[in-house]
Amino acid sequence: MTASLVGTGTLARLAVRRDRVLLPVGILGITIFAVSSAKATLALYPTVASMDAGIKTIFASPSAVALYGPISDPTDPDALAVVKTTMFGAVLLAIFGYAVVRRHTRSEEEDGRFELVGAGVVGRRAPLTAAVAVATAAVLATCLLTGLGYAAIGMDVAGSLAAAAGWAATGLAFVGLAAVAAQLASTARGCAGLTMGALGVLFLLRAIADAGTGVPGWLGWVSPVGWTSKAEAFGADRSWVVLLGVGLLAVCLLAAFALLQRRDLGAGLLPARRGRANAGATLAGPVGLAWRLGRSSTIGWTVGMLVGGLVIGSLAKSAMDMFADPAIADLLRKMGGGVGLLSDVYLSTELGFIAIIAAAYGVTTVLRWRAEETQGHTELVLATADSRTRYAASHLLVALLGTAALVFALGLGTVLADASGGGTLGGAGRVLPAALIRLPAVWGCVGVAVAAIGWFPRWTAAIGWGALAFFLVVGEFGGVFGMPQWLMDLAPFTHVPRMPVEAFAWPPTIALTAVAAGLCIVGVLGFRRRDIG
Amino acid sequence: MSAPIEISGLRKSFGTTVALDGLDLTVAQGEIHGFLGPNGAGKSTTIRVLLGLLRADGGQARLLGGDPWTDVAQLHRRIAYVPGDVALWPNLTGGEVIDLLARLRGGLNAARRDDLLARFDLDPTKKCRAYSKGNRQKVALVAALSSDAELLLFDEPTAGLDPLMDRVFRDHVDEVRTEGRTVLLSSHILSEVEALCDRVSIIRAGRTVESGSLAQLRHLTRTSVTATLEHPPSAAELAALTGVHDVVLDGSRVTLSADTDHIGAVLSALGAHGIQTLISQPPTLEELFMRSYAS
Repeated sequence: MTASLVGTGTLARLAVRRDRVLLPVGILGITIFAVSSAKATLALYPTVASMDAGIKTIFASPSAVALYGPISDPTDPDALAVVKTTMFGAVLLAIFGYAVVRRHTRSEEEDGRFELVGAGVVGRRAPLTAAVAVATAAVLATCLLTGLGYAAIGMDVAGSLAAAAGWAATGLAFVGLAAVAAQLASTARGCAGLTMGALGVLFLLRAIADAGTGVPGWLGWVSPVGWTSKAEAFGADRSWVVLLGVGLLAVCLLAAFALLQRRDLGAGLLPARRGRANAGATLAGPVGLAWRLGRSSTIGWTVGMLVGGLVIGSLAKSAMDMFADPAIADLLRKMGGGVGLLSDVYLSTELGFIAIIAAAYGVTTVLRWRAEETQGHTELVLATADSRTRYAASHLLVALLGTAALVFALGLGTVLADASGGGTLGGAGRVLPAALIRLPAVWGCVGVAVAAIGWFPRWTAAIGWGALAFFLVVGEFGGVFGMPQWLMDLAPFTHVPRMPVEAFAWPPTIALTAVAAGLCIVGVLGFRRRDIG
Repeated sequence: MSAPIEISGLRKSFGTTVALDGLDLTVAQGEIHGFLGPNGAGKSTTIRVLLGLLRADGGQARLLGGDPWTDVAQLHRRIAYVPGDVALWPNLTGGEVIDLLARLRGGLNAARRDDLLARFDLDPTKKCRAYSKGNRQKVALVAALSSDAELLLFDEPTAGLDPLMDRVFRDHVDEVRTEGRTVLLSSHILSEVEALCDRVSIIRAGRTVESGSLAQLRHLTRTSVTATLEHPPSAAELAALTGVHDVVLDGSRVTLSADTDHIGAVLSALGAHGIQTLISQPPTLEELFMRSYAS
């Protein structure tokens, strides 16, 4: 046993050295986001009564509960202060833990660096153990700092501990799941697909358990994402849920070790298949290549969006039932701008949130273009008769049409589920335009990443994700933080007409489309004139 | 008609690192041109400028009579390229990559492709992630050689090939030569360059230090001579001869190196002292490189 772990310490130090930026940024970023948001909320709503109006009404809607999880104690200001960030932070933490594990296991193996390491005095289990150890430490540090932060700004100590424990349960579970996925899949992308797919499914399961009506009580305990809800920080304060996370991590680690024992270096358990000897008719030009490279990811995301739409559509009816209370209905109507049906307010809010996720797909597509360049593939293509403009345009085309397909699938899913549930939202003619109106803003996010690839290629990922995270924070938490209007105006989603609550309007639509097009053109011009590689 | 590759005074820097510092290179129509230099000398940078992937900071570069930066699409129809470190799409098969690159260039000679696949013994149905370095190289070679390109740019194309496949590669370059096409071959394998190339250019630190046919270059260097003499003269007497260097006298055995231009006169001078045994060695390509690489 110990022989298979030789070198773990050295590899863990190597991982920390390689991630000397990523780890502090992840740990402090999530901590500061959670603690400062709680502090801002407590300052914004000094009394429980003001919180009733500002927060509790929102959580009367099951869609909000599905998204954020339930309020653990409606009478405790501390519980209300963290309700919007708890679930969001748990998901970020799960992604953080998974990303650290993947970076130091499957990605290293795929890039051939494991071979060099494995030839040294390194036990068979050492690389995996080191990656899991670093990820576990990063997750626990984030939880601990956040708990301390909550306590430091004067929130209940037992509740702060439970908040940290709930996050730790979810975070550690995904460290374990990522460790198993890294053994099952033979590529880093496959590992990402498995883990992120699991996150999506488990989040959905938790959403149904938290917000659905008539679901059995045990369902909430099945999903590791739900353990954060079940900790009920500042309510029941179930700090012991952290043991569930530790337990799942231990089980996953044993499973991963068992899988590791059965496979070769570089291989997964899912075997590599043979392919065709000749290129098919579609793999003919730069567009064919860009589509082939983005095909599986586009299909996966589109299905995800369709499912997202189905959830929105199927929750519509229960959302409307909640609004039957005239006081809540009145308040919501005021929040929605004072016009339109309640179902429209619900639809517009949900679509607006998920559209930002569609923008994330756009950013990953542009990042694939950048990865093509750093991996030396772009060089091969540009050495042929393909021009840079055509090459850039083909990747751009996949990003723009792909996001359009995603947003359309979102609308379609909503329409289908709503139609089977009685048509609360008002049919395709109302829902589809409300979804598609978000597209220019989504394209704006793509444009930012494209501009980055043209002029600051090394910073493409930082700029693309940074801008998206900024837009998300502004949209979701801008009001809570009391951000100035000019800052909120920087986010494209601020300017989208909130159809169907608001009427369609040409000026913002044209302006957003023009900005997106301008950014794309600037990016392609930059790409045309700079060095490749 | 101008030469396929004409480079003069080419400059390229990456930040403070100077990669090309006034490089000159001319490759004539129909020749196989060896492109040599130590690691980091600027060989790949030169080729990437010729491909329009990098923009030169200064100097002139002409490719097939056009500008490599602006006339990309039109020029690239007429060239084929094999990079030194072949990176392929992990989820595409070798066959798909060959077809894709050919189609991007504007056409494919299917019969030649199949012939090359057979001769390089390459399985086109495997995904690229499953190929070894040598097999990835073969994919790029098959894609390049199955084209009708008039100029082929090879950046250390045989680094991962086994001797058998190296042989196949040389046969194909010979065929390319008979068809009157032009090749720029960057390589570290001196036997390969000696066997294939009509002319060579040696670069160091971004500048050209030697350029010419192998025979011309050999002329610039010294021949080493080891002889046993009946009546050995004094070392000083030998060293006084024109074109003689590094004289070592050990009893009746003398070792010296002579400028290749003066080798006749040196041998007659030795003859006067009664030669018993004589070993004369013309400079090997390796010595040529060592001299150019070092200093």
